[in-house]
Amino acid sequence: MLMLIGILGPAGETPQDAWFASVALGLSLALITGGLVASTFHLEHPERAWRAFSQWRSSWLSREGVSACATYPPAGAFGIIWIFFGTNNEIWIIFGVIAALGAAATVFCTSMIYRSLKTIDQWHNRYVVPVFLALALATGATCLNLVVRIFGAQGGWIDAIALVSLAVAGALKVQYWRFVDDNKGLSTPETATGLGTFGEVRLLDSPHTEDNYLMREMGFRIARKHGEKLRHLTLILGFVIPFCLIAFAVVGDGPLATISVLFAAISLGAGVLIERWLFFAEARHTVTLYYGYDGDGIP
Amino acid sequence: MTTLPKVAPEKRLGLVIDLDVCVGCHACVVNCKEWNTGGYPAPLSDQSPYGAGASGTWLNRVHTFDVGDGSESRTVHFPKSCLHCEKAACVTVCPTGASYKRETDGIVLVDEDKCIGCGLCAWACPYGARELDAEVGVMKKCTLCIDRIYNDSLAEPDRVPACVATCPTSARHFGDLGNPESDVSKLVEERGGYDLMPESGYRPTNKYLPPRRRQDGAASGGRDALEPADPGGGFLGWLDKFLSV
Repeated sequence: MLMLIGILGPAGETPQDAWFASVALGLSLALITGGLVASTFHLEHPERAWRAFSQWRSSWLSREGVSACATYPPAGAFGIIWIFFGTNNEIWIIFGVIAALGAAATVFCTSMIYRSLKTIDQWHNRYVVPVFLALALATGATCLNLVVRIFGAQGGWIDAIALVSLAVAGALKVQYWRFVDDNKGLSTPETATGLGTFGEVRLLDSPHTEDNYLMREMGFRIARKHGEKLRHLTLILGFVIPFCLIAFAVVGDGPLATISVLFAAISLGAGVLIERWLFFAEARHTVTLYYGYDGDGIP
Repeated sequence: MTTLPKVAPEKRLGLVIDLDVCVGCHACVVNCKEWNTGGYPAPLSDQSPYGAGASGTWLNRVHTFDVGDGSESRTVHFPKSCLHCEKAACVTVCPTGASYKRETDGIVLVDEDKCIGCGLCAWACPYGARELDAEVGVMKKCTLCIDRIYNDSLAEPDRVPACVATCPTSARHFGDLGNPESDVSKLVEERGGYDLMPESGYRPTNKYLPPRRRQDGAASGGRDALEPADPGGGFLGWLDKFLSV
């Protein structure tokens, strides 16, 4: 969303008044901050989170943190100039573009955290980064569309970007699912134990009778059982309904169009939530090979 | 620093595990826990250890696999702990610099004061060698018993990891796998020691020795187990006949 405001604001495709700037930028920065704060909730030691800025040379997680925080100053300057000094200067445009690039870089880093993990075939593939970027664009465009319409303006370019990014994200996600269903994976229980020369390897006795950290963290089974249903739900809520509602808003006009986009945003939110849950639930870690979770017999 | 050492460590300390010899007694698992819950990564906490749903942090686990079919089938006990990979993905993903690989001996360690408990290193490890301690909220892993192997107050033979010291069948060997003249390197050479999941390219330091192939007739020794019950003639023959009446 910040990415789009930073570009479309200076391009004159959004309302140019200070109130719009406050609400649109405020909402996007609040969403970003909410996401960053939420990401510290899963840390066991959030008080040490500042250390995560230190290892940007090797770690995508660190890079994500650095690029997210580095986006604040230009985004802040962009907003302050817009609100207090108006839109008639070049520095404003420069800060907008830098903030947009920062936002895009952050989403890219986030996707690379998953893309870089060779332990999970469902993440370590060429679809992950494009899906993240397209979804970021689609959700951002839908939210911005809503704010623009609340301010009484027409969607214009934002309509087009929302529709195209939703279509592209949906198509990429379907391609992704096809890919992960066909992908047999690099490793097997035979290569994991090196005992393939003696025949098929089956788990006879687990090392422990109860669950341990690894199985709780990486041995998802419940969501996978309903995977097919959840995929359909993602497609309908996340792509089909928002696309139709925004398309309706383009044709329609007035408050009905705004309400239509509001429902598109709510539906998209629910769809993306399920999509992200499935993304984790369908990820199969190589450690499960040591625990007899072989083949497609899951659950 | 979570970048890997630029020059290969001069020493590559690690374990060689003999799957032909391991009997799956779990003594290494227990002694690992015993030593390390009071050592470098202490504590290794347990949750509800005596109740239902017992769970805890362990640095070494023994899986048991059923391998192959028919007369070639066998049971293989499979101890697994950190393999101290050359291309340790758990190190490079760490955002805080808590995970690191030592330049001197290649041991992969966690600086627990820097760990934020994000769990990403455990996700990056293909072998499941890292476990988050639920009590203290930091990642725990095998240290190769750095507080034993460099410990001058221990007698020389005891300066080996706890799992190696305790193994009753000598299925575990410790040494420098970077030195081709070391005992462990020779063992790997001789027995065809191999890497786990070589296709993923983590280049683990620890090696596994495969079970030996079964030899025909090896179990029976080539002769009948008991003397024949029909002695034919002689005194035993007469006794046999007399008692059979």
